[in-house]
Amino acid sequence: MAESTEVERPLSPHLQIYRPQMTSISSILTRITGNALIVAAFLIVWWLLAAATSESYFATADAVLTSWFGDLVMTLSLWAVWYHYLAGLRHLYFDAGKGLEIETAERLGWACIIGSVVLTVITLFLV
Amino acid sequence: MRYLTARKRAEGKGAAGTGTEHFWYMKMSGVGLALIIPVFLVTFGRAIGGTREEVLATFAHPAMAILTGLVIFFGLRHFAGGAQTMIEDYTHGSTRRALVIFTTILSYGLIATGLFALAKIAL
Repeated sequence: MAESTEVERPLSPHLQIYRPQMTSISSILTRITGNALIVAAFLIVWWLLAAATSESYFATADAVLTSWFGDLVMTLSLWAVWYHYLAGLRHLYFDAGKGLEIETAERLGWACIIGSVVLTVITLFLV
Repeated sequence: MRYLTARKRAEGKGAAGTGTEHFWYMKMSGVGLALIIPVFLVTFGRAIGGTREEVLATFAHPAMAILTGLVIFFGLRHFAGGAQTMIEDYTHGSTRRALVIFTTILSYGLIATGLFALAKIAL
């Protein structure tokens, strides 16, 4: 990675200029949900390690994961997985060169948001 | 030294020198995860909240151990790839390199820990 010296360049209009739109919001939510899932991954791996180790270690990890705070993190993570899942499918569709008309893209954004909430509720009923 | 022109060596590889590898890995791991994540969400959701004996029995089942192993490995590699893209979008220079290294280490560290726990439970 060669880095040249810093040059003052004009910046294109950025986040603070643009009005929030479905296309931009649904895109940034994909990034936020994907990266935030590291918290759930960390907790799950810790919980598995605790289960594999000893009764007392498991009691500690399980108390954290099944506390109200753990429930909150896990439920939000469940929504995050489903949102990221649907947004990922939308990306595959976009990559095939389809669904890129503004109206369609916006409708797909709503589909991701509403669909992720519906799938979260369904999953909560199944478990 | 192969008898290739400089152009031929560079073609299709882009500025990173690795072409579209990263992009393609994200697609492949994403599709793979899409196939197994729904099953994992339900089975894991059912396992959580049980006693230690119940949890151990759940993850000791071969299908569940394999499924969880795949989710941990590809989930965290997919995470590392996506997080790297985010880091490269917002940071530069040494900060960027340090964060990418940290993310990669974190990802492999969690994978190793998760697989160790699974092996201990299932074997």
